[in-house]
Amino acid sequence: MVKLSETYILKIFRGHPGNQYFEEFELELKPFANVTSSLMQIQKNPINIKGKRVEPIVWEQGCLEEVCGSCSMLINGYPRQGCTALIEPIMKETKNKTITLAPFSKFPLVRDLIVDRSIMFDNLKKVHAWIDVDSSYDRGPGPKISPEKQEVMYTLSTCMTCGCCVEACPQVNERSKFVGPAIIAQVKLFNDNPTGSIQAIERLRPLMGEGGVADCGNAQNCVRVCPKKIPLTDAIAAMGRSITKQIFKDLF
Amino acid sequence: MKKQVKEVIVVGGGLAGLSAAMRLAEKGCKVKIVSVTKVKRSHSVCAQGGINAAINSMGEDDSPLIHAYDTIKGGDFLANQPPILEMCLSAPKIIYMMDRFGCTFNRTLEGNLDFRRFGGTLYSRTAFCGASTGQQLLYSLDEQVRRYEVKGLVEKFENHEFMRLIIDDEGVARGIVIMDLFNMKLDILKADAVVIATGGPGLIFKKSTNSTFCTGAANGRLYMQGMKYANGEFIQIHPTAIPGEDKLRLMSESARGEGGRIYVEGDSSKSIINSDGKTIPCGISGKPWYFLEELYPAFGNLVPRDIGAREILRICEMGMGVDGKSQVYLDVSHLPEEKKHKLESILDIYQKFTGDNPREVPMKIFPAVHYSMGGGWVDFPAADDPDRWTRFRQMTNIPGCFNVGESDYQYHGANRLGANSLLSCIFGGLVTGNEVPRYIDSLSTSYDEISSKTFERSLQLEEDFKKDLLSRNGAENVHMLHDELAEWMVNNVTVKRNNKDLTLTLNKIKEIKERYKNISLDDRTKFSNQTYVFANQFLSMLELAQVITKGALCRNEFRGAHFKSEFPNRDDENFLKTTIATYDAKKDEPVISYEPVEMQYLKPILRDYSQAKKIKPTLQNIPSNIELPL
Repeated sequence: MVKLSETYILKIFRGHPGNQYFEEFELELKPFANVTSSLMQIQKNPINIKGKRVEPIVWEQGCLEEVCGSCSMLINGYPRQGCTALIEPIMKETKNKTITLAPFSKFPLVRDLIVDRSIMFDNLKKVHAWIDVDSSYDRGPGPKISPEKQEVMYTLSTCMTCGCCVEACPQVNERSKFVGPAIIAQVKLFNDNPTGSIQAIERLRPLMGEGGVADCGNAQNCVRVCPKKIPLTDAIAAMGRSITKQIFKDLF
Repeated sequence: MKKQVKEVIVVGGGLAGLSAAMRLAEKGCKVKIVSVTKVKRSHSVCAQGGINAAINSMGEDDSPLIHAYDTIKGGDFLANQPPILEMCLSAPKIIYMMDRFGCTFNRTLEGNLDFRRFGGTLYSRTAFCGASTGQQLLYSLDEQVRRYEVKGLVEKFENHEFMRLIIDDEGVARGIVIMDLFNMKLDILKADAVVIATGGPGLIFKKSTNSTFCTGAANGRLYMQGMKYANGEFIQIHPTAIPGEDKLRLMSESARGEGGRIYVEGDSSKSIINSDGKTIPCGISGKPWYFLEELYPAFGNLVPRDIGAREILRICEMGMGVDGKSQVYLDVSHLPEEKKHKLESILDIYQKFTGDNPREVPMKIFPAVHYSMGGGWVDFPAADDPDRWTRFRQMTNIPGCFNVGESDYQYHGANRLGANSLLSCIFGGLVTGNEVPRYIDSLSTSYDEISSKTFERSLQLEEDFKKDLLSRNGAENVHMLHDELAEWMVNNVTVKRNNKDLTLTLNKIKEIKERYKNISLDDRTKFSNQTYVFANQFLSMLELAQVITKGALCRNEFRGAHFKSEFPNRDDENFLKTTIATYDAKKDEPVISYEPVEMQYLKPILRDYSQAKKIKPTLQNIPSNIELPL
């Protein structure tokens, strides 16, 4: 246990587009403090390490229990959720009382730690990420699904569109149109569903060309950073196989 | 007026907002969804345990009528009964609809939907997706709505906040003023109906199980614009949450539904009165004392939430809390692996935030503010009411303004049963989706015939307030005021209440309202200024805090979640009635009035959870012409 009178420093890469800089805040260590609770602390008394009153840091937050995907950011360079980033274990692990926070770099910056992740949601539209049901009226239950299959689909369906996998992926950069791992895993989710599989080709087609499955460089960073432990690389491999099959079908 | 294309605004993108938007789009309406966040991040994701439907797949002789009976009784008879009856009748169809949408419900070996047992009932009627059911249901609706977005029927205004309802000279809703949370610009959205689905006001208490979006600000603003707010004093305290600095994270009822047990270390030198009125020892010293199981042999760890929360507090007040603190054990370590697996997501949450592995050691938990049974007053004509088709379900007292989900007051009375919230959100959303087009058909004029001055005037009011707030230069910090408000609310307006402290709290809120005039913002910039956003919300949060507190002060009885030590009994003669709070700018506190509860199907009985009797309730006067929304 770290002594409670101890302090730690948040070194935050903040600012507006075109004008980003580091600012440091020294905070008193409280039990179970995490990155979002620390940012709330700054909000109440926004005085930086030099003793100057500054504008409080802005960031996205929501559930504070890692199911909403809001508070994604780079913590010591690692993409993760701020709410589950507990201060004390990080200090112990790094043997350093300074923790660096920065906004994601693969999305347009809004301000401080806020970026605009809309592109992920736009990509969900492109890949037909839904089940085509007839209506929202009564048509009895859906298809039977084995517990094993449900388990696989449930894991894929816990994706919060938080963007950690996109941020960590070396193939997502200014020169590429790669949709990123999360979107491909969603295609697998809907194609695995007995009803969803009827429209499987509609979802595979957008993944065939530029920006699709072939752009994956197999760096495997995505599975390492996914807060929901979604088997993203397996999903990409499976969709790669489906696409290959489809290309053969298209040929003959 | 039969318009070619009906235009509707839906504020809020949780389960209620999305199910309304989906049904509206399906009926050909053009829908604008306004949400403070990406709708996929809405607070519905936090619902863990499940969603109720009496499908009776386990051969327990369950039925939607028993579900309705449990819900009415669980709500201590304060809820109007027609909406509950129709919700419970619709529940199986709602589960099947979500199943068809691809919602990843847990399965039996045969591949059918699996069900678990939840609080306040003796039946296994809770369908679930691991322990993140709300997240999975929300995602399924998010996907269906995205489909309509691609078709051009839905347009999303995410990262935008509802600031004000635009009401014309006839008092009819015609649009809203919104603020872009990225560049802080104010704008007007016009429509012929507005659906409010903005969730609960948990952030008034700050430490709650709610997401930080749940400020209640939209309802507070509407209340200040004349919307009636009903049963505000009924705030559900969830018995089991993880204590924390920034948030009290929920530990789902499903942990107990799967067999989790609550206990403290016994102390045979102490004694306690059980649910039969008998005095029993507080267990055996040095051994675990499963107090809920001893106090309520029939329902045990699955008593309704208000009872669970009060008993945990009672045990802690007797000095028996774990480590002398306000906390008790919730143990799932003895459960078989397969049950632990079903709870994996919530056990992970516990481990991530405390460092302890609940698969091996008991969890430490304590009650926390969880859900608001109260909310915007809405109409709900019964199927056999003669004026059924000239009134509109889910519509507030402001024509054209509907309210649905946790932000309305229906379905749960004085206490909500676990796994009924997701159901009420989806049911209410579908009902709203059917009622809104019918309302628009009844209009004689559309928004495009309303003078532009009506819209500009509303926008100007918001511009003026923004300017005022940004220029305030006093000594108060809005976040510190929030801490102070929350401390008073948590101490005096939650599990146990008394009139002396409620009066003091009401005065305290008035004092904070005065001090609010002297706030100064640490951020005065024009981009993503969260300090300003919160300062603006805080004004209406203070108003709702008064509604909650005054409603509690005026209700001199014990009913469901509302417990007052000096009035320890339910008083049907004087208080079996709905509290209505209305805003009067000339008065410094809410005006409280009452209206009768509709109880045509089931007369009030004692709310007793000491017996394990599965009874076949008889509901009377059930209309023969009920039309369910699906």
